[in-house]
Amino acid sequence: MLTAVLFWLFGVSAVVFGFLVFRLDSMARVTFALLASFVFVACEVLLLGLSYLGVVIVLMMVMEMVIMAVFMIMYMMNPAGLMPMAMYHNKPGAMSVSLGTFVVLATGTFLVDWPESRGSRPSDTTKALGESLMGPQMLTMMVLGLVLFATIVATVVLATHRGRYDRFGDDLRARPDDPVPGGVRR
Amino acid sequence: MNLELFLLLGSGLLAIGLYGALSQQSVVMLMMGLELMFNGLIVAAAAFWYYVAPVAEGQVLIVVLMVVMAVEMAVGFAVVTAIFRARDVDMTDMAADLRE
Amino acid sequence: MTEGTGWAVLVLPLALTAFALLALAADAAVGVRVAHARRSVAAAAADPWREVARLLVGQRRTTVAADGVLWRSGVVTVPLAALLAALVLPLGGFAAADPGVGIVWFNAMEILGWAALWTAGWGPNSPLSLIGGYRFVAQGMCYELPHMFALITAATGAGTLRVGGIVDAQAELWFVVWMPVAFVVYLISAAAMAFWGPFDAPLGRDLSGGVVAELSGVDRLVLLTGRWLLVVVAAGMAVPLFLGGGRGPLLPAWLWTLVKTALVLTFLLWSRRRFPTVRMERFTEVSWLVLLPLTILQALLVALVVLV
Repeated sequence: MLTAVLFWLFGVSAVVFGFLVFRLDSMARVTFALLASFVFVACEVLLLGLSYLGVVIVLMMVMEMVIMAVFMIMYMMNPAGLMPMAMYHNKPGAMSVSLGTFVVLATGTFLVDWPESRGSRPSDTTKALGESLMGPQMLTMMVLGLVLFATIVATVVLATHRGRYDRFGDDLRARPDDPVPGGVRR
Repeated sequence: MNLELFLLLGSGLLAIGLYGALSQQSVVMLMMGLELMFNGLIVAAAAFWYYVAPVAEGQVLIVVLMVVMAVEMAVGFAVVTAIFRARDVDMTDMAADLRE
Repeated sequence: MTEGTGWAVLVLPLALTAFALLALAADAAVGVRVAHARRSVAAAAADPWREVARLLVGQRRTTVAADGVLWRSGVVTVPLAALLAALVLPLGGFAAADPGVGIVWFNAMEILGWAALWTAGWGPNSPLSLIGGYRFVAQGMCYELPHMFALITAATGAGTLRVGGIVDAQAELWFVVWMPVAFVVYLISAAAMAFWGPFDAPLGRDLSGGVVAELSGVDRLVLLTGRWLLVVVAAGMAVPLFLGGGRGPLLPAWLWTLVKTALVLTFLLWSRRRFPTVRMERFTEVSWLVLLPLTILQALLVALVVLV
């Protein structure tokens, strides 16, 4: 009974905050509405007994959304929403496509004859995940690690505008003329 | 509380995210739509783990989804920064060179 | 480890606040001695209570075009984050909750402080507050990764994410002995997490208060109380992670926990008076080029010891 009430509470809140993301004017509010949606989804995941993943979603999403807020405010023309402006294109088309997707998915959900549960749930889900990642799913884990590393390199290359030749000169011998000096005096 | 309700919640979040991703002009708002779609996928994956196949691979799928979200955001902001540096643009309509 | 029931959740905030108030009074008393002021120590120790009373009756400031929702929720989230993180804090053999993912829970709840401080800085529509909020985001990017590695090192050494399990694993040897780097990094990041001591740039005097510049009355009281709670909780967590929990001769476990927490807290209070405020652009490089590699090496060492 309690879990059912909590499910509806978290579920409706997640959807409402998700919808608010595209209704609010202030970019700060938009970002934190998305964060609220994620936190409620994390609550649903916790409700399903996946304690580690639920807490990690909260951890990751708070960090990600705070960083996102910085970028949102940096790149939007009207970050505080004090002068509301419409930044849409093809609104009716987008609405019909997304409504259509929802209807198809919802009918599919209720028409498909879902199989019965196979196997029993482990008592310690965290341990099961860890043993899987460090055992049979090791390849997945390594690929994820490589992807993240490649992402770090690619994003730095894309986003930075001063390479080491800019900092140290053509023969890499000059003293760096950084606008802001760092802490270890390189 | 059953599988169908969780999938309905996931579909709802996915549909809202899709609406945002299709209708928003600004690249950063578009990325919020993508994040919401992944949000819906996480709910669905967790529900499938619980109700259909409570195996560890189901949890691994959620880990993969979270990594995809992190990568999407990092690369997205890096590309926006690069485009913005190059030509002072942060709207999808103005970065549509490949359309021609 | 016994887990608490409902009443523990009610007692926890009161106990933490009492501890924080004691520390605050002690700090005020020390401040008098340091400043060689001609006041009695007892009078100075009463200052915090006077300040609390003043803030309670003070008027709450409002600013033009403020984002009230984010502002107030950010202010409230600071003490909330500290209390939620404190749920897994053991006192002797007792904790309000001891979930299997205790370490991750602690980390996730203290990260709520990122969102809290940024929104508290964004809310009042004031440049000084906003700069303070951004400073904390930059600070978070610096301290968080070494902090996570320090937590993971303790968890690796114990082979569990459960805080009670980590305390049990230190029956023979405290983790501080063979993980000194992780312990030092934890102390640094604890101060940074509570925007405390040398890491108080978000509330810096050069910003006339930064995040709290526009806060007055109850709002200011809530945020500053939350900051003290964060310091106490961060100091308290060092005890089960690295200092053997409630282990020690003669005294009962709960008293040892309090004594050790007080010692760590004393160190944090001392470092605030001892060191000047660290500028973030300097700490960033130190954190990523020095602290992060050191903590990774420490984690590697601990992992090898555990494996062999």
